[in-house]
Amino acid sequence: MSDYCELSNLTKIYPAPQGPAVIVKDFNLRIAKGEFVTLIGHSGCGKSTVLSMLAGLSEISGGGIILAGKELDGPGPDRGMVFQSPCLLPWMTAFENVMLGVEQVFFTASREERREIVEYYLSVVGLGEAMHKKPAELSQGMKQRVGIARAFALNPKMLLLDEPFGMLDSLTRYELQQVLIELWRKNKITAFMVTHDVDEALFLSDRVVCMTNGPEAQVGEILSVPLPRPRERKAVIEHPDYYSLRERLITFLEERAHRKDIDPSPREGRGRSRWRPVLERCATRSPSSLNGERAGVRG
Amino acid sequence: MSFLEISHVRKSFGESPVLEDINLSIEKGEFVAIVGFSGVGKTTLINLIAGLFKPDSGALTLDGLKIAQPGPERGVVFQNYSLLPWLSVYENIELAVERAFPNWPSARKRQHVERYIGMVGLTPAREKRPSELSGGMRQRVSLARALAMDPQILLLDEPLSALDALTRATLQDEISRIWQANQKTVVMITNDPDEGIYLADRVVPLTAGPGATLGPSFPIEIPRPRDRKTINHDPRFKQIRRDLIEFMLKSRSKRHIAITKKLVLPDIEPEDLSRPRRIFANRRARRRAEIKEELVEVQ
Repeated sequence: MSDYCELSNLTKIYPAPQGPAVIVKDFNLRIAKGEFVTLIGHSGCGKSTVLSMLAGLSEISGGGIILAGKELDGPGPDRGMVFQSPCLLPWMTAFENVMLGVEQVFFTASREERREIVEYYLSVVGLGEAMHKKPAELSQGMKQRVGIARAFALNPKMLLLDEPFGMLDSLTRYELQQVLIELWRKNKITAFMVTHDVDEALFLSDRVVCMTNGPEAQVGEILSVPLPRPRERKAVIEHPDYYSLRERLITFLEERAHRKDIDPSPREGRGRSRWRPVLERCATRSPSSLNGERAGVRG
Repeated sequence: MSFLEISHVRKSFGESPVLEDINLSIEKGEFVAIVGFSGVGKTTLINLIAGLFKPDSGALTLDGLKIAQPGPERGVVFQNYSLLPWLSVYENIELAVERAFPNWPSARKRQHVERYIGMVGLTPAREKRPSELSGGMRQRVSLARALAMDPQILLLDEPLSALDALTRATLQDEISRIWQANQKTVVMITNDPDEGIYLADRVVPLTAGPGATLGPSFPIEIPRPRDRKTINHDPRFKQIRRDLIEFMLKSRSKRHIAITKKLVLPDIEPEDLSRPRRIFANRRARRRAEIKEELVEVQ
């Protein structure tokens, strides 16, 4: 298979008061058409930065990305994105949320055809009955199902998944991985996922790329996952190679973990939102009037 | 009679039953993990044991005494830490010690608080307020606070669900170490089967609600101390993990019905939005819409 998506010498530099901070340096990866590749690493290592450059949401500081023979420049509907939190518009129903993107890329199709596309994908992810509910009426798992349907409905060249099940409990995560793998099997869309869940990476991917810890993060080790497809949970965890692959990935992650401080101060999840610690501090800071009370408790 | 005895407990909120016919006996010094999907009533169960809720029917006894209200002999660690934001690490723990041992001389109380701060490795951060701590450190404070009351039983309500994978692994090791040193009776609620198997003597699954009940116990006879990497070679680990995950997923899928449905998917390619739109373009579908037969889940 030929290379479909090529990331060459991809580099991300953020300006910082102490001089430029190099987050990702010379990241090289080739993805074949129809392949499912997962990038694994600890939070804050720069894996989400690579993904957001691929999505066009973050500017590329050096190197470049070629997708289907064209160099990428900015975001576009040719890449369907599934975020960690589904980011649905709260005033629209599940149907309208999916239709929003479908209307953009299928503007030449008839109204009837667009409706069929949206209904098809929402039914396949198991929301046939809940299509016309608003996000507030849906559980977290169901919201993420809408997120998956929304990405697939655009029929994108590439599917990008940023820790898609990170906010769900482990058991709901298993169910949604099955939904995702089924849909992917039918569509064979080239997929690139970022995660830190070892089992998720093994269950879904053809190849798992381990990322070294930042700063100056790059590709560490690449592991092929030779588990037969179509995959089904029980058969996968009974496969004789499964637990040795699992151990290799856990070992890689643990070795990475010991290179830095065990319990980093409130900078976990830096990749996702640099503002989170600030917001948290604002939310939990006690008003100055409490200082008096504090002294009272002490005395 | 066992140390903690839960017999035929039923709890409902309004019309819908949350927990039905809960029976569980826990021996002194045992570490039991209860695994379940989110939203099935795991927290309700821990609140019943903590005495924060009263059961509709059935009874809970601890050491032969009926549980009727919260008390210092049951230490609870909540998922959201529940620390007082205007108090430092030291003061948060001191508050609990003050309540549990009001008659101790102050020197003894101070020593006691410091011992538990040391146990969770927070001595350098003892004067910090919760807002200055990372999630992992906050949960350590919460754990130290519960342990400092020297409870007969420790109740952990998804203590690690809000933390990232790396911090979670570190704290799992910490809990395992502290448990081995103290040999307290522990009931831990979790949504992660792996966490339960790694830490507990016995894992009890909670079936999917509404009307959730406890499934068969899975005794974990893997010798301690356990290692996250080498555990992957243990045939007992593989066996328990497979059976537990299968049991959990089956209990949920019983509530879902899958039907075969005819759905239409128009065969249209998405438009390239980077090119200017042609106003009169009215591209037809390439072929007649495909009618697909899909197995669809009905929620």
